Amino acid sequence: MIATLLRLYALNLRRDRVAQMMAFLLPVVFFSIFALVFGGRRDATAKIPVAIADEDHSPTSRRLIAALAAEPGLAVHTTAREPGAPRAPETALTRARATQQVHDGTWSVALVLPAGLDTSIARFDDRGGRVELLADPSDPVAPPTVAGLLQKVAITVMPERYAASGLRQFERYAGGLTPRQRAAVRPWLDRVAADTGAVAPAGAGGDTSGFQGLVRVHRTDVVGATRDNGMVSFYAAAIAVMFLLFTSSASAGALLDEVEAGTLERVISTRAGMTGLLAGKYLSIALLGVLQIVVMFAWAKLAFHLGLAGHLAGFAVMTVVTAATAAAFGLVLATLCRTRAQLSGVATVVILVMSALGGSMFPRFLMSETLQRAGLLTFNAWALDGFVKVFWRNASVAELGPQVGVLLACLGAFLILARLLARRWEAA
Amino acid sequence: MNALEVKDARKRYGATEALRGVSLAVSPGEWVALLGPNGAGKTTLVRAIAGRVRLDAGTLALLGRPLATASSRGARAGLGVVPQEIALYPLLSARENLEVFGRLNGVAGSALRERVRWALAWTGLAERAHEPVRRFSGGMKRRLNIACGVLHRPRVVLLDEPTVGVDPQSRARILEMLEALRAEGAALLLTTHQLEDAEARCDRIVIVDHGAVIADGTLAALVAGTIGARRRVTVTLDRVPATPLPGFANGDGPVFHGELDDVATELGALLARVHGAGCAVRDLDVRAPSLQAVFLHLTGRELRE
Repeated sequence: MIATLLRLYALNLRRDRVAQMMAFLLPVVFFSIFALVFGGRRDATAKIPVAIADEDHSPTSRRLIAALAAEPGLAVHTTAREPGAPRAPETALTRARATQQVHDGTWSVALVLPAGLDTSIARFDDRGGRVELLADPSDPVAPPTVAGLLQKVAITVMPERYAASGLRQFERYAGGLTPRQRAAVRPWLDRVAADTGAVAPAGAGGDTSGFQGLVRVHRTDVVGATRDNGMVSFYAAAIAVMFLLFTSSASAGALLDEVEAGTLERVISTRAGMTGLLAGKYLSIALLGVLQIVVMFAWAKLAFHLGLAGHLAGFAVMTVVTAATAAAFGLVLATLCRTRAQLSGVATVVILVMSALGGSMFPRFLMSETLQRAGLLTFNAWALDGFVKVFWRNASVAELGPQVGVLLACLGAFLILARLLARRWEAA
Repeated sequence: MNALEVKDARKRYGATEALRGVSLAVSPGEWVALLGPNGAGKTTLVRAIAGRVRLDAGTLALLGRPLATASSRGARAGLGVVPQEIALYPLLSARENLEVFGRLNGVAGSALRERVRWALAWTGLAERAHEPVRRFSGGMKRRLNIACGVLHRPRVVLLDEPTVGVDPQSRARILEMLEALRAEGAALLLTTHQLEDAEARCDRIVIVDHGAVIADGTLAALVAGTIGARRRVTVTLDRVPATPLPGFANGDGPVFHGELDDVATELGALLARVHGAGCAVRDLDVRAPSLQAVFLHLTGRELRE
């Protein structure tokens, strides 16, 4: 009995390609994507790109830049072309250009080495210039990593500066460490301990300075109000786009139900015809998609205080274009498949892979450059880039041109393809 | 002017010739049964008339207007198509289904409201007009299925197996509904395997086989042209005779079946033989040939699928 049933299910599985795909191909593809993103192949892991504007032009700033460039985890950029001049020679980065590049999303982090750094870098008081760290809060990894590596290279490339500075500090506050000197150092050590969370050793005194690391760094988030809000808008868009694709393919799958029920043939025999039927179906799916995104972002605003009001124009454009394109994509999947079951399997595989590669599951900046480029082949990546531009970079509608252009081109291609595929249901 | 006219319709699918020069005409108000074994070409012909199949050759005309292409939807405004499948939206109510198909067929406004009222009364679904169709019985769905196809008052209706799979009560109601359509002057082309319906209701019968029309006429004309005056005779005797009756097959016990080419002249001789064998006749059944007999005579008894 059991053997007969096992044979029955084995035969079914052997003849059901969709089930085979879901059982074996999808998990392997997913595993591969996650392995490529989060580990396994170290050489494929992305280096963190960091732009550096050197305003000090001193031996010290050059040593810091060289040391940062030697870090295996960093890719240092000190020059750039002017915007709109792709063939012009690159020039040294300025603070303004570096800020613009972080704002535009070219890099997640930039450093500005201020004039006077040479004389102020190894001080343990609060005097002297501070290194400016310009950060894109959408990337929770790169800015703190670069800040940490900056501290590391500072002590490793110029230990003598820190030793001398430390000695001066010692002589200034401790001298021969008489009881009186210990009492004088004590407040400073207390402050350092307070800053680091440690307990100050007994027998020391100090002054009013605060310890801010070996290199004093001031972080400025170039885009987005706060990192939390930034990630809320990112994930609102990421999840909305992924589920938009599922909704679109499921809604478009009603076409296959209609084929089976006979209503499709009945409807296309009326004045509506196949083009009318597809147009009606397409518009209904697109409007449903718009509603779905609006609900997602409205909830993000209500529950997570997403700043929606200041981005309404860009949000409206990206919502309409994204929903319109997703609806067309759903129609392509539905017209491509023969049965609802086939559509369900194909849509699950395609949408999950696109969502993984396109950034709906984890931000694309976590991926290697190769995977990031591959992600651009997906619908999700362009839609998410558009939403990110709107919410993090305060992009105007005009600045959404590349994303909107690509999505509209896809929309046109999808609609033409769906119409051509639907011809199989018309007169034979 | 014919309500529907098909001339020399030809259609080939690869090596298979589905239609090999089919011609037929349906007059206004006439009911024509389109019969044929499975795979004979009926469905291809009906789909071509409905605009779902492009003919390789031949012409179609509806109410005198040529249906030049498969998708001549304007010219097909006078055509109603009732598919065999229950082609309804199950989540919509009866009224909503009627409204959808009415609008898609160009009925709107007060005309639509009036036609929906008519259809609900016609189908006997007025009291359940607001229920989702998925809750309906098979017979209710089938009645609504027909109503959705005729809401726009077509002059020609293509009906595919309108009474299949329903109980006798629903079947009777559906036939009453179709009679009402006939009273309004609609011409019907009925595709069915329910030969008794075709025999009882249709003015004319067209039999298609191997992609060609092999018979076209009234039932009487078809009988005369095929079986002729031959009648099927069943004789029940009081006992089994010692010698067999020539030309008659022995059925269950003393029951014998046979055919007589001319009952008037041959029945006396048969009864004389019975008496000669020392038997008495308990029962005698003489039957006129049915449409089924004509159908099997023309298309044979071999399975087609």
